[in-house]
Amino acid sequence: MIALAILLAVSFAVYVIFSFLPFDPAALTCGKNCNNPAIIEANRVRLGYDKPFWEQYLIFISGLFLGRTYGEGAALIVCPAPSLGYSFQEHACVTSSIAEALPVTISLAVGALVCWLLLGVSLGILAARFRGRIADVGSTFFVLIGTSLPTFLTGLLLLVFVVIKWRLLPYPSGSYTPLTENPLEWLNTMILPWITLAFAYAALYTRFVRNAVLETLSEDFIRTARGKGLSEKVILRKHTLRAALAPLVTMAGLDFAGLLGGAILTEAVFNLPGLGRLSLGAVRDFDLPIIVATTILAAAIVVLMNLIVDIIYAFIDPRVRVR
Amino acid sequence: MKQKPLLEVRDLSKYFPISSPFQLSRHKVMNKAVNGVSFTLQEGETLGLVGESGCGKSTVGRTILKLYPPTSGEIIFENEDITHHSSRQMKPLRKKMQIIFQDPYSSLNPRHTVGEIIGAPFRIFGTEKGKTVKSLVQELMERVGLNPEHFNRYPHEFSGGQRQRIGIARALATRPKFIVCDEPVSALDVSIQAQVINLLDDLKRDFGLSYIFIAHNLSVVQHISDRVAVMYLGKIVELAPTTELYTNSHHPYTRALLSAIPIPDPVLERSREQIVLSGDLPSPSNPPQGCVFSSRCWKAQAQCFSEEPQLLKIGKSEVACHFPE
Amino acid sequence: MTLLQVEDLHVSFPTIDGLVKAVDGVSFEVNRGETLAIVGESGSGKTVTNLALMNLLPQRASRITGHAFLNSRQGEIDLVNLPETQAQQVRGLNIAMIFQDPMSALHPYFTIGDQIVEAHQAHNAVSKEESRQRAIELLELVGISEAKARLNSYPHQFSGGMRQRVLIAMALMNDPELLIADEPTTALDVTVQAQILRLLRELQKELHMAIILITHDLGVVAGAADRVNVMYAGKIVESADVNEIYARPLAPYTHELLASIPRPDIQKEERLHAIGGQPPSLLKLPPGCAFAPRCDFSSRVAGGKQVCLSTMPDLTERRNNHWVRCHLTGDTL
Repeated sequence: MIALAILLAVSFAVYVIFSFLPFDPAALTCGKNCNNPAIIEANRVRLGYDKPFWEQYLIFISGLFLGRTYGEGAALIVCPAPSLGYSFQEHACVTSSIAEALPVTISLAVGALVCWLLLGVSLGILAARFRGRIADVGSTFFVLIGTSLPTFLTGLLLLVFVVIKWRLLPYPSGSYTPLTENPLEWLNTMILPWITLAFAYAALYTRFVRNAVLETLSEDFIRTARGKGLSEKVILRKHTLRAALAPLVTMAGLDFAGLLGGAILTEAVFNLPGLGRLSLGAVRDFDLPIIVATTILAAAIVVLMNLIVDIIYAFIDPRVRVR
Repeated sequence: MKQKPLLEVRDLSKYFPISSPFQLSRHKVMNKAVNGVSFTLQEGETLGLVGESGCGKSTVGRTILKLYPPTSGEIIFENEDITHHSSRQMKPLRKKMQIIFQDPYSSLNPRHTVGEIIGAPFRIFGTEKGKTVKSLVQELMERVGLNPEHFNRYPHEFSGGQRQRIGIARALATRPKFIVCDEPVSALDVSIQAQVINLLDDLKRDFGLSYIFIAHNLSVVQHISDRVAVMYLGKIVELAPTTELYTNSHHPYTRALLSAIPIPDPVLERSREQIVLSGDLPSPSNPPQGCVFSSRCWKAQAQCFSEEPQLLKIGKSEVACHFPE
Repeated sequence: MTLLQVEDLHVSFPTIDGLVKAVDGVSFEVNRGETLAIVGESGSGKTVTNLALMNLLPQRASRITGHAFLNSRQGEIDLVNLPETQAQQVRGLNIAMIFQDPMSALHPYFTIGDQIVEAHQAHNAVSKEESRQRAIELLELVGISEAKARLNSYPHQFSGGMRQRVLIAMALMNDPELLIADEPTTALDVTVQAQILRLLRELQKELHMAIILITHDLGVVAGAADRVNVMYAGKIVESADVNEIYARPLAPYTHELLASIPRPDIQKEERLHAIGGQPPSLLKLPPGCAFAPRCDFSSRVAGGKQVCLSTMPDLTERRNNHWVRCHLTGDTL
């Protein structure tokens, strides 16, 4: 209920902001260096930019459910539902542009999530378990480097060494091969971007997991578990992890949502045609419909992830469940 | 001629809404922490407020001081009805009513020095003519048994008992008329409890204070109080002069409570009859109909489950029971 | 029948400010079917002693010497000199421990059924169903109605008193020979405390278990204990049968402690008898008796307070099995 209201509010806010920007959206439709007023006027009418902004907003919302048509006759453009607008730069309905870019971003985000969770959680547990000793100190170094290196630098370093110097992987071609088509090629394309993203996030998560585990280990119920004669391994795995996991789920969910909106820098370095590159290009070229659409999409993803995280949290922590 | 009481509380109630994100019904579930409490406090008197967890005694103390806005009822302090006073109206009155908290470890700001903590009231309300904040603070420190040289130290450098003394000194700074002591010794070691209780007794005499002494330790309350009110599930079930309560109680709950206090004498402790209550405390959001104690009372009869007993006089005590002992 | 024999136990913690001798040469015995109360305030070492017996002290942060011989079903075991794997076998099987705060002692994410069954499964190679059956038996024994249904409840659905009962049931799952109860009722209301103490008494009679009861409440001790050890600053200062110690306390600290408790059954006096001074800091102990700075009786010692502060008295037997650590001689204070 509330989630829906937030979505509506965000989409409205985005629309208002973009409506009051100091340039003419119709003029943008025919490219940067266009000065043919006739085309601009025609496009203005076709795209509905001549109408008041709240009417534009309503048309936009209805387009999500019913699809949208622009112009008529020879200049007719139909964007089937869910329509997010039409981009003149791309010469395509925004929805299809996004649909093309989405699988890339999803592969990137999911793969990175898996990598950084595996790495971060295991290192974090090791650091907590062997607190003060080599594993812990080593993890601190890792955390420091991981959080200090910006993703584009990590990406570039990986490119320079792995691809160029050592020739272990082919140079990123700028195209994307879906998993279903050719798994090996998909892997080759995605592995370096995954490592780049995972490196930064894993560092953060190592620290977080370490602290969460250490804090949980000092709780009374862990003392009870020890008193029962359970082995340290069981205590760590079953009792500690479950307790430390709850806040982790919230964090991971939100970070994942952020990535789904487009990992701009990483996609740029590795030339991946994902949402990040789409948005970046749209900003550069003033492609308004795409900018609006990707912003709203990113917001929608965050709202959705929040909901999912809340549900998962209720599974983990029985105190949160309603009865 | 009977003196007008310093504090009069009439039918005071404080409800806390229990929030639930999925609650759609208009009928909000309320935690009825305090549910119709009435008593008076005379000047120079110590009223003890006892009961177990969930009885509402701490909430009463804080509501009287307007730390919580009352849900209903009246609070009359020095003939002034302060029930609906705004915080601006309350400010000058706050000099006269103070509070000492239970946990000496969390009730003092760890980033303030002792001098700053005790001196804070002076900064808010001003000092007497010609005296500096520092001198007043050191005077107070000495009075409560702390070394005045230590006013630049931080709370963590003191023991639990000493921290409680700091709290007491702070409460005394404005020369209040009455102080709510909310479990002031519960968190202290037994050997230190006696020290702090003696201190509170001495201060009461020297400064002409009145106390509302809230505690769950009945032995401590009995020692320091003139009258005692026993609370259960948000209501007062018995209110009597101390000696009367401990030698001749009337309410079944009071009897059970007194019988549960372990006596530090093995021969006595093992030979006496103990009343052991069955069952658990009902939820404060759903108190029993009729008498609040009916669900656990061994004497409960039909009337107890349907009709709420009023606080009535029996000898020197006031008891809320249909079948008092 | 001696179940546990603790000999010269020392536990110290090296800290930045120096070596903290939390337990400084403690020896005592516990017999089957008997309740030994260990009384003391903060810093006395009572909790650390018992954590050492259970091997629950952080290994790298503590130094433990001495012995604690348990005459268990499996033979004689020296509790404080066990490798961790063996200690895990003993914990929960031969010795069980219940702690002070029942509100936080149970894992909030697992049902109580899970947690109780886990205690049984850790030491018995039986089916989960068998463990569940035993859990139901024990929950009923400790007075939890509808035990079968309650197995699927979560800790936050129980009150404090009921959680403590659950913890007691859990501790008894493997028929421990010794139960260590560390302030089991301090966090509970007085009426609930009465219920729990009565329960422990009944269980002990039925199961012939030994109980070490750690507390600072001398009222609880009077009702529950057979023998009492009073600890101060890491040492035992008095050890006697429960009736003896209340009738004839011989250590000044015990005497003062008893005198400073407000008693509802005795007429109200003007002032409570208070012990002056502060509890000792374990980093700044005098070479002699740790209680000396606060002791009102030291003037009666031959040589005065000086002797008390400089020489540590030994634990000597004054009356029948009544031991005292004090320079004052004689059998009454």
